[in-house]
Amino acid sequence: MTEAMMELSLTREEMEYARKFLKREPNQLEWAMIDAEWSEHCSYKSSKPVLKLLPTKGKRVLLGPGYDSGVVDIGDGYVATVHIESHNHPSAIDPYGGAATGIGGVIRDILCMGTRPIALLDSLRFGSIEESEHSRWLFKYVVRGIADYGNCTGIPTVAGEVEFDESFEKNCLVDVICLGVGRKEGLVLAEASNPGDVVILVGGSTGRDGIHGVTFASKVLTERSEEDRSAVQIPDPFTKKLIIEATLEAVSTGYVRGLKDLGGGGLTCGISEMADKGERGIEIDLSRIYLREEDMVPTEVMISESQERMVFIVENGREREICKIFDKYEVPYAIIGIVIRDRNVVVVQRGKKIADLPTRFLANAPIIPRRAMKPRVKRAKPKFELPKDLSATLLKLLSSPNIASKEWVFRQYDHEVGVRTVVKPGQGDAAVLRLPNGKFAAIKADGNSKCCDLDSYQGGASCVAEACRNVVAVGAEPVAMLDHLQFGDPNNGEVFWAFSQTVKGIADACRSFSLPCIGGKVSFYNEDKETGKAIKPSPVIVVLGLIDNANHIATAGLKNEGDEIVIAGSTGLDLGGSEYYRVLGVLDGSPPSIDLKLERKTMKAVLECIKRGYVSSCHDCSSGGLAVALAEMCIIGNSGAIVNLEKVPARRLRIDELLFSESTSRFIISTDKPEKVLKLFRKSGIPSAKIGEVRAGPLEFSSKRMSFACSIQDMKKAYGEAIQRLVEA
Amino acid sequence: MKAAVIQFPGSNCDYDAVHVLKDVIKVETELVWHKEFDNSDYDAVILPGGFAYGDHLRAGVIAAYSPAMRKVKEMAQEGKPVLGICNGFQILVESGLLPGALLRNSCLKFVCKWVTMRVESTSSAFTNKFKEGSMVRMPIAHNEGRYFAEDDVLGELRENDQILLRYVGENPNGALDDIAGICNRERNVVGLMPHPERASEKILGGDDGRMMFQSMLEWIK
Repeated sequence: MTEAMMELSLTREEMEYARKFLKREPNQLEWAMIDAEWSEHCSYKSSKPVLKLLPTKGKRVLLGPGYDSGVVDIGDGYVATVHIESHNHPSAIDPYGGAATGIGGVIRDILCMGTRPIALLDSLRFGSIEESEHSRWLFKYVVRGIADYGNCTGIPTVAGEVEFDESFEKNCLVDVICLGVGRKEGLVLAEASNPGDVVILVGGSTGRDGIHGVTFASKVLTERSEEDRSAVQIPDPFTKKLIIEATLEAVSTGYVRGLKDLGGGGLTCGISEMADKGERGIEIDLSRIYLREEDMVPTEVMISESQERMVFIVENGREREICKIFDKYEVPYAIIGIVIRDRNVVVVQRGKKIADLPTRFLANAPIIPRRAMKPRVKRAKPKFELPKDLSATLLKLLSSPNIASKEWVFRQYDHEVGVRTVVKPGQGDAAVLRLPNGKFAAIKADGNSKCCDLDSYQGGASCVAEACRNVVAVGAEPVAMLDHLQFGDPNNGEVFWAFSQTVKGIADACRSFSLPCIGGKVSFYNEDKETGKAIKPSPVIVVLGLIDNANHIATAGLKNEGDEIVIAGSTGLDLGGSEYYRVLGVLDGSPPSIDLKLERKTMKAVLECIKRGYVSSCHDCSSGGLAVALAEMCIIGNSGAIVNLEKVPARRLRIDELLFSESTSRFIISTDKPEKVLKLFRKSGIPSAKIGEVRAGPLEFSSKRMSFACSIQDMKKAYGEAIQRLVEA
Repeated sequence: MKAAVIQFPGSNCDYDAVHVLKDVIKVETELVWHKEFDNSDYDAVILPGGFAYGDHLRAGVIAAYSPAMRKVKEMAQEGKPVLGICNGFQILVESGLLPGALLRNSCLKFVCKWVTMRVESTSSAFTNKFKEGSMVRMPIAHNEGRYFAEDDVLGELRENDQILLRYVGENPNGALDDIAGICNRERNVVGLMPHPERASEKILGGDDGRMMFQSMLEWIK
């Protein structure tokens, strides 16, 4: 590649703005640096004004959005760090490498705060694995990529979610989340604020992989995207493991003053953002950078996204002590520059200055105002016959890939390494990990693109609520959230409208739950040029919760025969976007709407029940409705139950609607103290009722008119084997 | 009594083993970087799980030729307890301290799950506190855990009562003769695929693994 061949994604207006600001024509290297830093991916130039809606302050929040990861005070001098990343475009072309490097990236975001990564989560979206060979291929290799990378680095993958929907056929979504812990005094920021401090590049060599990764991620995929394969980085989890240990050892010396991982936009973004945050400049010498290939031009070096690289800002005079640690772990490194007083990013090669751009200018792209256009929608209540055999319908739902057990996925993930995983995949609604201060963290990621497609505002709010419910169901109090917002091309007014509405919904839910947003990401351009189709709006919400005491941890499986089953929340006609409608092929209907105040009250009351020791098991009621939630509790607990549907608080609904409606704000609890539980709910004004009993035998539903049952064995088979059967057939 | 947990580049269950030995079993334990390992300092050594040297070439093979392993061999010859867990088992097999080989799981996938095993022999440095024939549960997490040995080697293992643990019910990786763990003829070197350090505290789902480390203490006594 020669300099002249570099393609820029900047708009004419942006180029004009750059010339005007600099009062000169930038050279080619400078253009490439501006191009990378101003990509949507790095600059948030479309989304920034909308993201301002999100509340970011909270009593536990130490650092919110704008840093490599959010930081929460978990007490006793400890902090938790959380970040979410996506690797959608790379995974659509190279599922194994794309997903693996996504994990690699998010691990570095936690690491560069000086905290140890202790858990990974994944939130995945693909086309139909029932219909599409391509989607099965993507699914299989994305999971393998995550497994191989996470397992090797010794970070357990503890929870996640997978959704299948035709809109992801060409644009799969691969979101990865990392949780870290560390000492509060050990936190390191991505800042370069002391002139004279030394800039050290550590880790992998710089090669041509990942060139233009960010601009690639900020485009729609086309049939020629295959040719962009060099925009996908190469994963190396073994080097990453060494970097993790070397970094944490280096940080423990106290001489590391700034730390940043090199991800999107490579060195350009890494150093310009550090310099901008520290309100200083950085000068680097290109000839010091160790390269994988000999004939790389400066532009390639500056925007390469080669994996496993970190930039350390080290106190002047202490670099030798730090480098000794890198030597121990045999991690390559080079001193590549220094922090300077002038607020400029300067690139030097063989003594000659080849780029010189003001830090502020480079790190802050001009905002692009976007037009939002409300789409016209018509929604009718669909008409269809009541299925004759409801037990067959329930089994069908249980074997639907969206609901079926994801055991095929999580068996491939080492979810135990680190000896922290208390509630493991498949046991509860969220993962629970023990923390070094004796407390426990609960964490879960959730998304629901179908609801967001029908009503972006309600969908956004419901996603936050669902993720919170999941964390509450294991006994944790939600303390912070992150959002990952994935949409089509923001130039499309309807896409941007959906984006704005989703963020509004999320923001309202957060405010209502007093839940601060501590980070997130935006990924636009998830659309396919061939078909012109964008993905359904797909926010993914991560919620972190805390549990004070091991006795307050709840799981989802039914436990004791004779326990009563209680439902909290009432069931309405909320079937638009439901799994029941999807299985039947019905596309209409209204998605669940949410009463945020009631939701908050319900979560609080459930948490109180758990803390008081009333709860044997607890499960949130969402995808697949009441029937599926109960079936899951039976399957996990290997126990049956009998349920009287007449008792369920509900509007007048047909029996299938009652069983499968996905109304929000509902929990199912099994308890040996039903009166106490009901009293607590009544006091909070939450509709609730005793609806059944745990007992041996099948799961049996009855109402005045009819009854049906499913054996645990049949349900286990439907639920447990569906995905493996589809993927390994 | 002082135990060492050797840290190779890529080891990742090292801290877990140290935690259990120090905080649960209450044994003085040091995490030792492989280059700094001096066998004369320790009474027992643990090769933890992970991906030493990234499992490049073959799981465990590069670590098997490291200078640290020469020192582990000396300890083995002195009769000191040597335990290889998962990747550590792979290293022991590759270094010839234990017979046989560990092949790719028959399902061709990484498998992470709790499994049930029967304690077949209590005569070893790490199983002497168990009851013979008792069932124990521990998690496995590996890609290459399918134990294999030639017929004559298998015959010897059986004859000398060197098979310590066998999978019961489900064989998760296709291991020959359901073998989950073995020892050498002198019974002080033990290799196993399951992770006792992940099963040493009730809160993590069970504590059957604890007995392994307590057996180690008993052996040294």
